[in-house]
Amino acid sequence: MEDLKQKLMKKHLLAPGHTACAGCGEALGMRLIIDAIGPNCIVANATGCSEIFTSKYPQSAWEVPWVHSLFENSSAIASGVEVALKARGKTGIKVVAMGGDGATADIGIGCISGMWERGHNILYVCLDNEAYMNTGIQRSSQTPFNASTTTSPSGSESMGNQTLKKDMIAIANAHRVKYVATISLANPKDLERKVKKAVETVGPSYIHFHAPCPLGWGFDSDKAVEIAKLAVNTGLFPVIEYEDGQLVKVQKIAKKAPVEDYLKTQSRFRHLLKSDDGKKVIAQIQAIADANIEKFGLV
Amino acid sequence: MAIELIEGSLAIAHGAALCRPGVISAYPITPQTHIVEDLAKMVADGQLKTEFVNTESEFGAASVVLGALAGGSRAYTATTSQGLALMLEVLYNCAGMRLPLVMCCANRSLSAPLSIWSDQQDAMLMRDSGFIMGFAEDAQESLDLHIMGYKIAEDERVQLPYMVNVDGFLITHTFEPVNIPDQKLVDEYLGSYKPFQALDPANPITMGCFTEPAYHMDVRYQMHKANLESTKVIEEVAASFEKKFGRPSGGLIRSYKLDDADTVVVAMGSITGLAEEAVDTLRGKGQKVGLLKIKTFRPFPTEKVKEALSGKKHVIVMDRAMSAGYGEILGSEIRAALYGISNQPAIDSFIYGLGGRDIHEDEIIGMINRPNPGTHRSEWVGLRPDLLEE
Repeated sequence: MEDLKQKLMKKHLLAPGHTACAGCGEALGMRLIIDAIGPNCIVANATGCSEIFTSKYPQSAWEVPWVHSLFENSSAIASGVEVALKARGKTGIKVVAMGGDGATADIGIGCISGMWERGHNILYVCLDNEAYMNTGIQRSSQTPFNASTTTSPSGSESMGNQTLKKDMIAIANAHRVKYVATISLANPKDLERKVKKAVETVGPSYIHFHAPCPLGWGFDSDKAVEIAKLAVNTGLFPVIEYEDGQLVKVQKIAKKAPVEDYLKTQSRFRHLLKSDDGKKVIAQIQAIADANIEKFGLV
Repeated sequence: MAIELIEGSLAIAHGAALCRPGVISAYPITPQTHIVEDLAKMVADGQLKTEFVNTESEFGAASVVLGALAGGSRAYTATTSQGLALMLEVLYNCAGMRLPLVMCCANRSLSAPLSIWSDQQDAMLMRDSGFIMGFAEDAQESLDLHIMGYKIAEDERVQLPYMVNVDGFLITHTFEPVNIPDQKLVDEYLGSYKPFQALDPANPITMGCFTEPAYHMDVRYQMHKANLESTKVIEEVAASFEKKFGRPSGGLIRSYKLDDADTVVVAMGSITGLAEEAVDTLRGKGQKVGLLKIKTFRPFPTEKVKEALSGKKHVIVMDRAMSAGYGEILGSEIRAALYGISNQPAIDSFIYGLGGRDIHEDEIIGMINRPNPGTHRSEWVGLRPDLLEE
């Protein structure tokens, strides 16, 4: 109990009072991530929900030094910060870049590729809520197969987003990123351990965080953690860990759930439950989950 | 001090290196390449201690130097044309964040059609950015403007980025005698970089926050005001530079045989050298012609221009860029500056030298001596009638 009380009373590095939606999985994840990183860091943040709900002038939720420039350049800004610290002879400060799934896998991927190629000592965190939520739920290259978004809506001629999630883990590994891991609200202890490991890594590290979004995914504001767990237990979001390109650890699925259990919790997939065509799509999504389970040995 | 016969790009590289930027980041693009090659070689040979960051694009390079400034380091980049266009989003951001970057632009045309040759069209992308924009006449001034650029940008009253404009090829790829200042003098003049704000875990600050309508306009006004009021700092710096290094350079405007002139050519960049020759030729024929060189385009030195041109009979503005759908750019700034003064001179404006089109002294003389002064607005010089008459 004492331990829990201490935890609850602890001053967080992402202060309360920010303007995220009630039940935002991203905000909760960011708080856990930045607390795991600790105060001796500098954060470069991309434009997006995370930037908007933490930095409305003249207030700031950040208890660590933090900079925002543009949508697509948090990795290059972080690169500049990292070399500036070198030039000034400052050591021991961890530079962190953060961005949403669009900022990471779409518009910012060129700068990220450059950062990784150059081998900066930077932790990059992707906050993946699987669409452009800040602008109103438009699809990104991280939007799941056949999810309905405002720019990939379901309708009489469409089941929603027709592309598969871009594989950022493979892209990171192809750049010889030293430490690559996925994290979920399903397991905060694992999240904390991996973030600390990434901070200790000298060189590039990449953390991909699955961030349930009540508004964009369409679920009640008390359900983010539950939905994160379902994403893991269906195999749709594998919780995995690579060191120097080698898979070193996976989080085993305790009790495998069918993807329908996950899909039915969110309005972005609701159209799939209503028709025979939808059932065919659900079978395809099940195949994606099964392939993940097979590939990473999740059960 | 040593006078050496060197390429303009090397003079520029010396100018940047003498200011000891902690971080240099750039991406190669003609005709900027020799500048960054020279800097890279200085680093490789141990003559320059800096973090030299090669990036995947100009966008990345601009972002790296922005991050470096936020991280508390003096920073430098150089680019041109399409590279500048690709940097643009970052550069506007840099000015809005009040970060004192110095950037060299080897002025070049913008595509399409693709052309690697010189004009000042790219610079005009930056007109409304918040950058202070200096235009160099030759290799020496290109070097000097780097030193003055940091001095101005880092002044507490300014805190804005500075753009050194040098005509691509015409300055970057020609050899001129250049006086390279001693490092000691530059160190004394600039001092080490002391950022007004920097990211530091010991004193966490939030940079680049967003504003709602209740604040945005006011922050933009402060930036605009700092830019306008930098005219004072630019003049101070030109004076202190001359005192320290023993030569006049930079400033807001410079003039040539202006005092007794009744006819004045207004131009900026390397063309002012040729314009001086045209002035001398016409003076030899008894015409009272002078030259006004615009050294700083932003902030626009309205008062200085007014002062210099009031009482003149005829003003001829030379534009190495154009606003499609309107025409003159520098021309319209000069017209606006002179609007409503008593005895307003007749004003003509000419668009010349786009995409590296050659310009000769007799063409400048032709602009000055066009019949019916005051009736020529945005007239294109040196077009090919054989192509246009189809």
